[in-house]
Amino acid sequence: MAKISMIVNGNPVTANVDPRTLLVQFLRENLRLTGTHVGCDTSQCGACVVHLDGKAVKSCTTLAVMADGHEVRTIEGLAADGAPLHPMQEAFREHHGLQCGFCTPGMIMTAVDLVHRKGHELSDETIREELEGNLCRCTGYQNIVQSIAAGAKAMAKSDLA
Amino acid sequence: MYEFKYHRPATVRQAANLLTKNEDAKLVAGGHTLVPVMKQRLASPPHLVDLSHVEGLDTIEVKGRNLVIGAMARHAEVASSATVGEAIPALAHLASLIGDPAVRHRGTIGGSIANNDPTADYPAACLALGATIVTNKRKLKAEEFFLGLFTTALEPDEIITKVSFPLAKKAAYVKFRNQASRYALVGVFVARRPSDVRVAVTGAGGNGVFRVTAFEEALQKRFSPKVLEGIPVSAEGLNSDIHGSAEYRAHLIGVLARRAVDAANAEAKASSASDGAAEPEAPAS
Repeated sequence: MAKISMIVNGNPVTANVDPRTLLVQFLRENLRLTGTHVGCDTSQCGACVVHLDGKAVKSCTTLAVMADGHEVRTIEGLAADGAPLHPMQEAFREHHGLQCGFCTPGMIMTAVDLVHRKGHELSDETIREELEGNLCRCTGYQNIVQSIAAGAKAMAKSDLA
Repeated sequence: MYEFKYHRPATVRQAANLLTKNEDAKLVAGGHTLVPVMKQRLASPPHLVDLSHVEGLDTIEVKGRNLVIGAMARHAEVASSATVGEAIPALAHLASLIGDPAVRHRGTIGGSIANNDPTADYPAACLALGATIVTNKRKLKAEEFFLGLFTTALEPDEIITKVSFPLAKKAAYVKFRNQASRYALVGVFVARRPSDVRVAVTGAGGNGVFRVTAFEEALQKRFSPKVLEGIPVSAEGLNSDIHGSAEYRAHLIGVLARRAVDAANAEAKASSASDGAAEPEAPAS
């Protein structure tokens, strides 16, 4: 077993884990943060995207021990419970950026990372290119692209990063 | 995934000792190849040595006439590095084409070349630019380093610390992606170096990355896509699978090499224009 400590959504967490525990397993099974999904489990679909030290990563392809000492943010960490949604979440709701919703947490975490890197004015082309590692089987992406463009603009006016 | 013991050395020396002491121990950098194959139980190393806490392995700097990139530099860092963008823009472009944004945040140059996947992008850059792979034991020329499918000259307790790329006069990488996996069906890296021209191909070779000497000789005389027209590329030894026949790949090598030469010329022209502090072109109205 390995002892790991990290900050998850602003809260310090310490646990003993088997080194082969994936970060996504640790988040879902130990911390019960089930907003992060396991889709393909082969680092292709992006349903498991979380932020590690502020950068989007696939938590199904990262060991929990590799996140030891680092900061993790999941979909649950975007907005406080009961508080208004994060502007990117709100944009997905507003623009119907989801149907079944399975890919949505990963889409939103990828989108927020994209805004942090490339700013608030995003062309459709940029958004589509950046969604290379996130698969959606329902929407055909059109509304996801619209949601991200709108969410990116809304984040400029919001206190939530 | 099978059980393993996890080690986290703080220095390259400690990491090397762990490899010497523990038979079949594996190094892990970004983990974007090793973790998936461990999940599939295609690999089951009893010991995993994580390099992410070793200091000083991720620096990117120009030293003399070389661009030196630390083994643990992530693809996203290489892609967005101003140093790389200025020294060898084709290399920054290549890094920006690997995987997807989340993969690029984790994957490393050292991990990519140590794995020597026949469809990986970096090996083509190393071979075309004439890179030197620096390890804890020695310095290896790219052509001595890449030995075949998933095979390199690395010894069991040898660790890549950095990769040194000689600055090229002109260079470009063009990748034709598999529509589903987005890996290179064929990728061609062309480099006009101070002394010669090199053309390296990834994705196509049954034995991994290789050079196309007939193209190199023609481009040496004149660095123009035109000189490549009519030079045949043999399909012998190329991969043939459901994604494309060997003949198709051979054809693509010619097409992509011509595009790469074009791109290298265009890039060099653009950068010399900006160096010359010329009047910016008026934006098209």
